[in-house]
Amino acid sequence: MGNDASPNVTGHTISKGSAWVFGDNINTDIIIPFRFKSRTNDPYEMAKYAMYGLDPEFHNKISNGDVIVAGRNFGGGSSREQAPVALRYAGVSAVIAESFARIFYRNAFTIGLPALEIPEIRGKVMQGDELIVNITKFTAENIRTNEIFVAQKVPEFMHQMLIEGGLVEYYKKYKRLPWIY
Amino acid sequence: MSSSLLQNPQRDADHLQRVLGDDSLTFAEKAISIKNVQIKANSGFTRPKVAAAAGDIVIVNVDLALAQDSTGPLAIRSLSEMGIERIYDPSKVLLVIDHTFPAADEKVANLHSMIRDFVSKHNCMLVEGSISHQYVLEYLANPGMIILGADSHTCQAGCVSAFASGIGSTEIAAVWATGQLWLRVPETIKINLSGAFKKGVFARDLILDYIGKVGEDGANYKALEWSFSTDEVKERFSIDSRACISNASMECGAKISVFPVDEITRNYLDQNPRINDAQRIEIQSGTSAKFKDELEIECNNIEPQVSGPDNIDKVHSVDELGTVEIDQAFIGSSTNGRIEDLEIAARILKGRKVHKNTRCVVTPSSVKVYEEAMRRGFVEVYLESGAVFTNATCGACVGTHLGALGENEVCISSSSRNFVGRMGALSSKIYLASPATVAASALEGEITDAKRYLQ
Repeated sequence: MGNDASPNVTGHTISKGSAWVFGDNINTDIIIPFRFKSRTNDPYEMAKYAMYGLDPEFHNKISNGDVIVAGRNFGGGSSREQAPVALRYAGVSAVIAESFARIFYRNAFTIGLPALEIPEIRGKVMQGDELIVNITKFTAENIRTNEIFVAQKVPEFMHQMLIEGGLVEYYKKYKRLPWIY
Repeated sequence: MSSSLLQNPQRDADHLQRVLGDDSLTFAEKAISIKNVQIKANSGFTRPKVAAAAGDIVIVNVDLALAQDSTGPLAIRSLSEMGIERIYDPSKVLLVIDHTFPAADEKVANLHSMIRDFVSKHNCMLVEGSISHQYVLEYLANPGMIILGADSHTCQAGCVSAFASGIGSTEIAAVWATGQLWLRVPETIKINLSGAFKKGVFARDLILDYIGKVGEDGANYKALEWSFSTDEVKERFSIDSRACISNASMECGAKISVFPVDEITRNYLDQNPRINDAQRIEIQSGTSAKFKDELEIECNNIEPQVSGPDNIDKVHSVDELGTVEIDQAFIGSSTNGRIEDLEIAARILKGRKVHKNTRCVVTPSSVKVYEEAMRRGFVEVYLESGAVFTNATCGACVGTHLGALGENEVCISSSSRNFVGRMGALSSKIYLASPATVAASALEGEITDAKRYLQ
């Protein structure tokens, strides 16, 4: 993560980056340990501890736009919203997983980190593969293999909230919550 | 905003009776339906005529929305970024300073100040020094309430038949602003309990055994609904034991984990009066309700369990584990820091000494539990055994203070999770077990079950 890292914001609905491949049950204590997240309210500070549980240097190794690809139950455990926030501000443009834990999945959409549930993704992406993630179409393309994967559909209000960059950005633009008409 | 018909379903007695009396509905379907907000057409949301069904996405009125010292600051920031100045109903908003209480350092202290400032500005509820879930159980939770919390273990309040679930900080901010949130109605797994535990086996062993079988995502997005085969079995599950099961159900992904209301629930609520004016609505699944799965757990078949390290679904019986020496034994957390847990630990530690190579830390889950432990003489027992007794807090469970682990240290713990580095160094290892197993292990300096100490 460099100083020029800027999270995916409104309008940037197509991103391209390298894949970082992880296994099953990547929990939120791995994504950001409590003792760090409980001592700051600054998302860029949180980003310094992204994936700390597996690699404390992860935030220095990734490039803006890179994509996390994981197995089952990504983001299990704690409700900490700092988990998707840390990934997003570290430069991660999307997380693709076979499945997501419930609260992480809600939080990802809420804070504007694209979370694509693609049950057949296992074995289809290698570490370092270049991926194109399209948030509008909700697809991921592996450039090496030319395969395009379509993520599980989500309710329209969640999709719109994500495209706007999360709940706060959505509210600032429309002055209402996406689920209240 | 939202309109009409079912804007306040509690007052709509007909609707309430129709939903509660509908034999085809599960607990979750009923609990959500009675709090369902009717919304306009073509919004993309389900508009149930009477009741919502599993899979529907609906908007509900929320009865209590809480955040704690590590999730509250982000919620407060989101609310401020949205420019929202007003809270919908301060009497339904609870802030709890519990995870790192009292503040362990300056950075934590500053975030605690942020919470206190917010509370004084909005006049909502503030609790310091009891774990949120235990405080909610002791003073606020009522059957049929919808309780959402920016803390995954909020599901604990299912032990008194509340629909209680964890969400994130910004969503809690949205609930504070509007009193409402969208929810997907979960499918239900029904689990019937029968038989009696063997010596040295407790509620924690039961839920660890279940998680070991279904995996860390075995109940992801699902409601767990517990029942008892006979009145005798029911009597064996105190509110403390039910709270342990409801709380730990999060570790297999459950959205809620509920027990039906019975005399034990009613007695508990009568003896621990509620300080809010929430209604008590007793909800039971209908006799023809559709469950995703139904299973029976025979309590006699369960052995003392141990989970870990690194993943909660890595569960063995203590016998199968082999020799594991420990540096620390921790009895506490929202999962197992209640008076029943402190009592069994005191029974095992009484008149004995903690092993010379082991530190033993006992942390009550609330001020009320702390006071009761003093009254019953447990604190003297701990101190005489060489254990440390701390103030009520989450403490060592989250590795933030009062018992963090150094490089390569091993801990046996009654707390909620054993994830890599949760209690400190990434190379440390955490095993989870019941408070009885933890106390017995503290005496022996290695992981052992409590059978021989409970003759």
